[in-house]
Amino acid sequence: MEDKKRLSIKLAEDIGVDVSRCYQCGKCTAGCVLAPDMDIAPSFLMRLLQTGTEKADARVLGSTAIWLCLSCENCVARCPMEIDLPAIMDHLRELSRTGGRVNEKARPIVAFHKSFLDMVKHNGRTYEIGLVAEYKMRTMRLMQDVDIAPTMMAKGKLNIVPERLKDNGDKVGRIFANTIDKKD
Amino acid sequence: MSKIGVFICHCGENIGATVDCAKVAEAAASMEGVAFATDYKYMCSDPGQTLIKNAIREHRLDGVVVGACSPRMHEPTFRKACAEAGLNPYLCEIANLREHCSWVHPKGDDTTEKAIEIVHGLVEKVRRNSPLTPIHVPITKKALVIGGGIAGIQAALDIANCGHKVILVEKEPSIGGHMSQLSETFPTLDCSQCILTPRMVEVAQHPNITLYTYAELDSLSGFIGNFEAKIRLKAKSIDESLCTGCGLCTTKCPQKKIPSEFNAGLGRRTAIYVPFPQAVPNKPVIDKEHCTHYRTGKCGVCEKVCPTHAIRFGQEDRIINEQVGAVVVTTGFNVLGTDFFPEYGYGRYADVITGLQFERLASASGPTLGEIRRPSDGKVPEKVVFIACCGSRDPAKGIPYCSKICCMYTAKHAMLYQHKVHGGESYVFYMDIRAGGKNYEEFVRRAIEEDHVNYVRGRVARIYEKEGKLIVKGVDTLLGATPVEIEADMVVLATAGVSNQGSEELAQKLHISYDPYKFFAEAHPKLRPVETNTAGIFVAGACQAPKDIPETVATASGAAAKVAALFSQPDLVREPLVAVVNRSAPPVFSTCVGCFMCQTACPYQAIEREEIKDRSGKVIKVVAKVNPGLCQGCGTCVAFCRSKSIDLQGFSNQQMFAEVEALLETTN
Amino acid sequence: MNTGFYPGCSLNGTSREYNESVRAVAAELGLKLTEIDDWNCCGATAAHSMSRELSVALPARVLALAERQGFDEVLVPCASCYNRLSVAAHELARDEELAAKVGAAVGMAYSGKVRIVNVLQYLQEHAAQLLPGKIRHNFAHRVACYYGCLLVRPHKVLGFDRLEDPQSMDGMMRAIGAEPIDWAFKTECCGAGLSVSRTDLVGKLSANILGDARDRGAEAVVVACPMCHSNLDMRRTAINKCLDEPTDIPVLYITQAIGLALGLSRKALGLQRHIVEVKLQ
Repeated sequence: MEDKKRLSIKLAEDIGVDVSRCYQCGKCTAGCVLAPDMDIAPSFLMRLLQTGTEKADARVLGSTAIWLCLSCENCVARCPMEIDLPAIMDHLRELSRTGGRVNEKARPIVAFHKSFLDMVKHNGRTYEIGLVAEYKMRTMRLMQDVDIAPTMMAKGKLNIVPERLKDNGDKVGRIFANTIDKKD
Repeated sequence: MSKIGVFICHCGENIGATVDCAKVAEAAASMEGVAFATDYKYMCSDPGQTLIKNAIREHRLDGVVVGACSPRMHEPTFRKACAEAGLNPYLCEIANLREHCSWVHPKGDDTTEKAIEIVHGLVEKVRRNSPLTPIHVPITKKALVIGGGIAGIQAALDIANCGHKVILVEKEPSIGGHMSQLSETFPTLDCSQCILTPRMVEVAQHPNITLYTYAELDSLSGFIGNFEAKIRLKAKSIDESLCTGCGLCTTKCPQKKIPSEFNAGLGRRTAIYVPFPQAVPNKPVIDKEHCTHYRTGKCGVCEKVCPTHAIRFGQEDRIINEQVGAVVVTTGFNVLGTDFFPEYGYGRYADVITGLQFERLASASGPTLGEIRRPSDGKVPEKVVFIACCGSRDPAKGIPYCSKICCMYTAKHAMLYQHKVHGGESYVFYMDIRAGGKNYEEFVRRAIEEDHVNYVRGRVARIYEKEGKLIVKGVDTLLGATPVEIEADMVVLATAGVSNQGSEELAQKLHISYDPYKFFAEAHPKLRPVETNTAGIFVAGACQAPKDIPETVATASGAAAKVAALFSQPDLVREPLVAVVNRSAPPVFSTCVGCFMCQTACPYQAIEREEIKDRSGKVIKVVAKVNPGLCQGCGTCVAFCRSKSIDLQGFSNQQMFAEVEALLETTN
Repeated sequence: MNTGFYPGCSLNGTSREYNESVRAVAAELGLKLTEIDDWNCCGATAAHSMSRELSVALPARVLALAERQGFDEVLVPCASCYNRLSVAAHELARDEELAAKVGAAVGMAYSGKVRIVNVLQYLQEHAAQLLPGKIRHNFAHRVACYYGCLLVRPHKVLGFDRLEDPQSMDGMMRAIGAEPIDWAFKTECCGAGLSVSRTDLVGKLSANILGDARDRGAEAVVVACPMCHSNLDMRRTAINKCLDEPTDIPVLYITQAIGLALGLSRKALGLQRHIVEVKLQ
């Protein structure tokens, strides 16, 4: 059953951020490098959260903005009310993903994150060739970066064989099992 | 055996609907020492008061307890009624049956029982009350005004025009304050200098005003009506009686590159200087910090050129003593500098200026003679961005409060710019437009509608310089939060209004309270807006909080009226609810052992040392003595006294214990 | 002072020239760096985008290892790793409930004793006083010091340099004879987090940065972050598409610039590995 609690309440309970403190000055949007490319600019997203309607919450969780956010932290650094927008974005991503609300256009971004974490889960470290291969399989973007890979290989920037922690299952593997993959 | 009257008020239904008032009166009648008890619907009304007066006369009552509302409400009313019936007013006490009982409990026997207990406590207290007489304190009818901006000028003139002497102290070389720096003033656009300078002259010429410029308060002692102020007259390095103000010295001074305070750093001044041509007094001072003579001993040009030989390099600071009866504090405010704002360049960009600097650019007496030219290269800016709330409403980096004046002066700035630079473009980034005030909203509308100032709702995230332009990265929140980028030639920051430098130290010298932002605190935000918690010291203007000119002048006149009211009395009459150190017959004199812990505890400096001497003048004992003029009756000394030698009149230990014991007794 | 070294995945992969140059400069100055044994990935952007617990747990293991292996401080040259390790340490100290969960997930506790230092701090504290006698020839170039986001923000957690217009890298550059320019994009994000998934956006953001550096006369951009570097260097084709005129301004790690001033070989500093050729001496 889907959790019906309003996002603003979840944000307050889970990460201690009170969205009512935002007075809509827009400074976060003004300084956000990706605001022009977002479907919902950061300050507008805050306003949607403040309204607390089901419709607004759905719009936020299904937005591409939450996945475009680069966590560059310019917003919170300049926010006069020190509202931790990057933490809000992180949590919204988690809620969007676990609630199955990820925007179609944001799928490649999520796919990249998943591929990255898969590499870490299995090897303990990332491994670019494996990461990109898995990402391409997930997104079917087979031709991406085929131009740049040989150069990188020639310059010794890519490992052919992954670096792996010995007995990784007991190390990083268990961390995944106990956190992101945990079944409540 | 006392004869106490108990009068229970129903307060309409306020008490009567919850408490059985007749039963309370009945119970009171049987309390020890009570000679008469009754209840009535409105005891504060004329028939109610008459009832009390008649009972006092008829039953020859020697104490009264009124069970009614809070003593803050009607204690004076009932005490006055008692006095009219010939009873000492301090023998009347109020049992608070409303706020302490009927309003906070449901109707029922327990509530009535509590009311009876409260009355019983007060009856026991009144049995131990003694008659008190108000305290009379003489008044020195001369006022000290600290700070010579428009608030100080107004307060000084008002008091002086009431026929009282005034000492006006200003730390800068001239009076005038921030208002003298302003160009035109909102919402009428009348020239600031034109309305201010005549008053500055009036101050200088007023027979009742003594003006000390380049002077600061060193210390203040004493109490209401009887203060002693020590004032430091900083060395001006000239003999003012000889100086004619010809200005030759200031034109010849070789040290010409000192940033001018009057021009908010946009212009330069010399080391010997008059802050501005309309200064009062119009005589120069030497800024010792920058003067070559004081720094290296190698210059003396002013001394050589002075036709009246008025230069006095050897002059030293002087301290003078003044006896005054009241003090008005009008030390004003300050604005944050552009260096306060990391995201706006830490003050690096010459063309990012404060609102105060814009005033100087727009002022006919300013460095550009009123032409809007940007500081970096003197070009007339074609596009100007004004940013409101710089540091204001910014708990993270600035101050959480609204600086109140910025919305209006920003509208004025944009308007002045549009008037002076035809074809220029102006933008105002704002969050809210706070234009509450007579003709204020109309003024802002005029800027938008008639002068075509572009108002954009949103804050600016950052400013950077590129190819001679200032890139302003803002947002329009009314366009669904759309980022806006403007290439401006000049940016004006409406920086927050903050308390003046040194205000904390001054508050400590004066023993007045201040808020977390170091603005001086009024005694009550609504009902005592120009008084402080220290009797006889008043505040006005922007040293309390950012204020515009009308409000500043209004509070200044208000403070002046308070001073005039104080001075209109032959002497001061105060409530006798003050602490007293006991006295007894020789050889004990007092149980006070002279430890003076009380002196360290007293927040009002009201405790003095009294020497008890024998006939030959030899000191036998030193004991504490409370100055009733200063004591505010807080009782801290009573709690501190180890030998129980201090008591608070009207709230003696004996009275308080009796009241508390009575409450405990009935509970058990 | 026992300084541990946490290279992180990038420095063993696409950004190995950063690893090489950090080690080369440290060796030339006689500074000892010991790699943390058995270290794992910090989780980077992916972890904190997907799970808060995971994003703290992965760095927590690294910190716990460093503590067990007796390091007083850990040098973390990768700005992203530095940021994640610092934030995790901050969260663990602040949130007891989270610390307990993470401790259980990792199977090792971290008590908070290890100081996390970025490459600029490390150079300032350990290398700056050794440099004067060791400089062979000045790195006499106009450079744009690019800090990116991860070294300075969140400022309350990292407490490093000043938030806007930081100066520590500029100071280091002056110390080797370079002339740092005053420019506008020192701490604006280059978009590295979306390098693979939204290369279009990254091209635009990075073009703003390189364009401004070039317009103000910089001969090179100096960085202290492998994310920024790979973005600004490897994504040059995408970046140049967003610029009015393509640029071939090289992007150097701070340790490569210092290494050149110390007279180290181009190979030792991994300069041949760059996509955009570095011609500066």
